Amino acid sequence: MTRAVPLWLYSLSSLVLFFGVWQGVTVLGLVSPFVLPSPVTVAERAIAMMQRPFAGALLWEHAFSSFLRFLGGFGLAAAIGVPLGLMMGRFRLLDEMVTPVFEAYRYVAPLAWVPFAALWFGTGVGGAIMVIFTGAFAPCLINAYRGARLVDKHLIEAAQTHGASEFRIATEVLLPGALPSIVAGLRVSAGLGWQSLIGAELIVVSSGIGYVMIQGQSNLSPQTVITAMLVIGLIGLLIDVGLRGVETAVRRKWEGQ
Amino acid sequence: MMPTVAGAVPAKRNAWRPRVRRSVVTGVATIVALLVAWWLSTSVLGLVGPARFPSPEAFVAALQRIWTQGYAGGTLIEHVVQSVRLVFVGFLTAVAVGVPLGFLMGYDRRIEAFVNPVFLVLRPIPPLAWIPLAIVWFSLGDASKVFVIFVSAFVPSVINTYTGVRNVRKHLIEAALVHGASRGRVIREVYLPDASPMIFTGLRLSLQASWTTLVAAELVGAFLGLGRALQTAYRDVNTPMILVAMVAIAISGALTTILLARLEKRVIRWRAEA
Repeated sequence: MTRAVPLWLYSLSSLVLFFGVWQGVTVLGLVSPFVLPSPVTVAERAIAMMQRPFAGALLWEHAFSSFLRFLGGFGLAAAIGVPLGLMMGRFRLLDEMVTPVFEAYRYVAPLAWVPFAALWFGTGVGGAIMVIFTGAFAPCLINAYRGARLVDKHLIEAAQTHGASEFRIATEVLLPGALPSIVAGLRVSAGLGWQSLIGAELIVVSSGIGYVMIQGQSNLSPQTVITAMLVIGLIGLLIDVGLRGVETAVRRKWEGQ
Repeated sequence: MMPTVAGAVPAKRNAWRPRVRRSVVTGVATIVALLVAWWLSTSVLGLVGPARFPSPEAFVAALQRIWTQGYAGGTLIEHVVQSVRLVFVGFLTAVAVGVPLGFLMGYDRRIEAFVNPVFLVLRPIPPLAWIPLAIVWFSLGDASKVFVIFVSAFVPSVINTYTGVRNVRKHLIEAALVHGASRGRVIREVYLPDASPMIFTGLRLSLQASWTTLVAAELVGAFLGLGRALQTAYRDVNTPMILVAMVAIAISGALTTILLARLEKRVIRWRAEA
């Protein structure tokens, strides 16, 4: 098949069309600025929010406080989910005990934990961390479990014959063996955790970048909402790119052995 | 994947049977132990106060209340019907648009090149971040929920269909073409069957995302639905009702997932026979 038009031209034309139509309908007044502000208005709003505080802080300060919370909840989910998943892959009894409870827990949408999170840990940092945790926990556990199940049984037996303790088996056989699967799980759970935090900030937590959106919504300022959406997307992207880097590094090392 | 599972069962049957029974026993025992621990710590010993977590008795009373008298603007059935209806409408719309789009993107590189850049801009934004904009656009009614569910279910449908079509085995396509199959037949009999497991993976992820988003959207603001019941219970610090709403959300989500799994099995079996 011969291509008269190079592919990148399709890509370029699509972006031009996207922003062109967006700018066009707003400039021509086809859509009210209270419904959809033009890209230029959004850019101006973003610059203004970086210079003047909105809802008590500058744009990057809101974003940074959300990010710190995310790290707290995500770290906790990984610190509990990964070891538990590894142990479930190692000990069948634990697997049989936890699995039914875990399956039931998985069907509860993470955001449905918001009321209990708020009642137990308050609407500040504690509640937010619990909601991130409930969102991020499942993939951490599942992937560590799957990774541990895939570890060659002979390696475990060899370690046992040489008198390794369970702790050493976990840290020196299971963990390295399951690492590629774990890191893949961390990427999924980071995305879910970040999204859960935004949800929590929309519902009960009155600070952070999600709260900026709620303020923008009640001030009838869609440009504020869209600015916050873009910042949320950007941070989510950075988290994902960072973890993808880790994933590639782990895989390279793992396959290089 | 199917043949290995089917092939492994007869060979291991003797070892396999008692293990299943054992795991069922352990699972049931764990759940019973947890229920007893719940009852002991709330009703009997009072270690956990009713403002933190409800007792089983309070849970049953709340369930009776929402079932017969209703709570937060409707009975339990009315809330469930409202939520399930919105999930289905949003999910089906997203699938109806997302699967064909993903298919076209996998089928023709030019369409992929055209759609991808916009996708790359919009995709990192978590679906829940669309909720405030949806409220600005459609206010608090059904339309705003259907919109955010659409956004959240759309992405997994597109990506997985795209991946499935891109990974269709090339030699199958070539074999079909060599034997003079028309383009329509190649799509129907090679692309769709070969990509269907991936497409169904996308549908499952889409359905999961639909529930998450719906619950969040109803918590932010709604007139009826399980999330609305949850939010009202939170405002009233009614912990038994919070738990009732959570359990109802989990069961509704599980039932729709099982329904989809049944459908998948039927389609894949049909594919194996064809």
